[in-house]
Amino acid sequence: MYTIKGKTTDWELVIGLEVHCEILSNAKVFSGASAVFGGEQNTHVSFIDAGFPGMLPKVNEKCIEQCVKTGLGLNARINKYSRFDRKNYFYADLPQGYQISQLYHPIVGEGFIEVTTSEGTRKIGVERLHLEQDAGKSIHDMSPTKTFIDLNRAGVGLMEIVSKPDMHSPEEAGEYLRQLRAIVRALGTCDGNMDEGSMRCDVNVSVRPVGETGFRTRTETKNVNSVRFVMHAIEVEANRQVEIYENGGTIKQETRLYDSDNGETRPMRGKENANDYRYFPDPDLLPVVLTDEYIENIRKNLPELPEAKKARYISELGLTPYDASVLTADREIAAYFETAAKGQDAKKVANWVMGDLFAYLNKECLPIAKSPVSAENLGALVGLIGNNTISGKIAKDVFQFMIETGKDPATIVEEKGLKQNTDTGAIEKIVDEVMAANPEQVAEIKAGKDKLKGWLVGQIMKASHGKANPALANQILNKKLGG
Amino acid sequence: MALDQRTIQNLSWLARLKLPVEREGKILNDLQSILDWVEQLKEVNIEGVEPLISVTEGIAPMREDKVTEGDQQADLMANAPESVQGFYVVPKVVE
Repeated sequence: MYTIKGKTTDWELVIGLEVHCEILSNAKVFSGASAVFGGEQNTHVSFIDAGFPGMLPKVNEKCIEQCVKTGLGLNARINKYSRFDRKNYFYADLPQGYQISQLYHPIVGEGFIEVTTSEGTRKIGVERLHLEQDAGKSIHDMSPTKTFIDLNRAGVGLMEIVSKPDMHSPEEAGEYLRQLRAIVRALGTCDGNMDEGSMRCDVNVSVRPVGETGFRTRTETKNVNSVRFVMHAIEVEANRQVEIYENGGTIKQETRLYDSDNGETRPMRGKENANDYRYFPDPDLLPVVLTDEYIENIRKNLPELPEAKKARYISELGLTPYDASVLTADREIAAYFETAAKGQDAKKVANWVMGDLFAYLNKECLPIAKSPVSAENLGALVGLIGNNTISGKIAKDVFQFMIETGKDPATIVEEKGLKQNTDTGAIEKIVDEVMAANPEQVAEIKAGKDKLKGWLVGQIMKASHGKANPALANQILNKKLGG
Repeated sequence: MALDQRTIQNLSWLARLKLPVEREGKILNDLQSILDWVEQLKEVNIEGVEPLISVTEGIAPMREDKVTEGDQQADLMANAPESVQGFYVVPKVVE
């Protein structure tokens, strides 16, 4: 159990996350303007998004579908009746003066995400998922006295996914967020890109002495934009609270900002005036009513989710749980792996993907979609090792050529003459030559210095330019040494 | 519900309306009489009556997920008090 050691007692953490996911759709949630990221400023904006008087919102059916899909992926109850409310506040990038959200009747109710940490697997509760609209973007650094506003993002559909205060360590919160990202990516409901802000996280943290039940005052830390930062923000905020309690202080319920440069959280300025959002039902929008048939139809067509995929990799392909979770954390990696593993030894393919391929991609900062080695070719390479065409060592060289040329491994092996020698006679000849050239070492081995044998095998491989089948070479050498 | 001066000040702040102090009294009285009038509705027995949220019955009509508008930066900026290179420009909103 994760605790913070205090002077008088140990403290445990209570963590809840609110995650905003931008919905993948062509158009915005209430208008026909483009919801695609980017574009010249204020070109993806309708008069609805810009809050012009007299404009009426109309729900994008795709956004509803994406919420239902995500809800099913979170093992959650889908509410057949949901509706919209106005959350009123003034900010320059919210032209309507209110955000359309779902306070009273969210589209998705309680669910859970299964999270695996070093302490085992736990179900983390999801409180709700509701549909709302994103705000525009304020740019503060283009003028010393003015703020510039771009409304391209204003009105893009957002799913706010609220967890229960169910998490108790930074690791658990980090895994919850990773798992949630893997789910929305697998479903194609959000691209999960935290750098571009299409997935954003607010962190609620409180602490209490171990054994105490009930919750103490929590703080909310806003817009923490990577898994690593979320874990770190929780750690520093929890430690800050423990220190205050231990010095006899109390925690104020407040909104804080995480400063990744200084590794601290600090209160947000100008928020002293308690928020008063004056929620009320939006009279412009009628309720969303879904049928069982509609929901079941979406359920039937759900793609395989990361948890199920992971279980399948373990039971059917014989991967370790660790390898399975690495390969299923990202939809594109999983797809690459499955293509490569088709008809091959899956464990060996997993080793190549997570070993040589990841090493190369990480070094070059390439996403797997840009890999110069195609999944089919990587699978073929493993196949060539499996049927003894090349040795594992030569395969490393072939892999290097594959990166450089993008060619398939069979062609490279052919062109470079790298085919493994399994001709016993030929290998025997090389073994004889090497033994004749190193009589002292042979004598030492025969006298019991077994360690030198590896060195001798190395010499044999070298003499064969790496092409001798190592197993055969070993076998022949053993026979000759014994005889 | 009885209003006081502080509530009036808070409401004007929430609505971003600058209210001169000398008018607060009059606004308070006006608003109070509106609330008192609405208060009478509490006399009606509404047991078993669902709240009416919209006078239009039915369920939300949906739009297809198609981009049908946008690309009208100039029209938007024509109504902006200030703009630069297609951005809305407003007074600085952070200190």
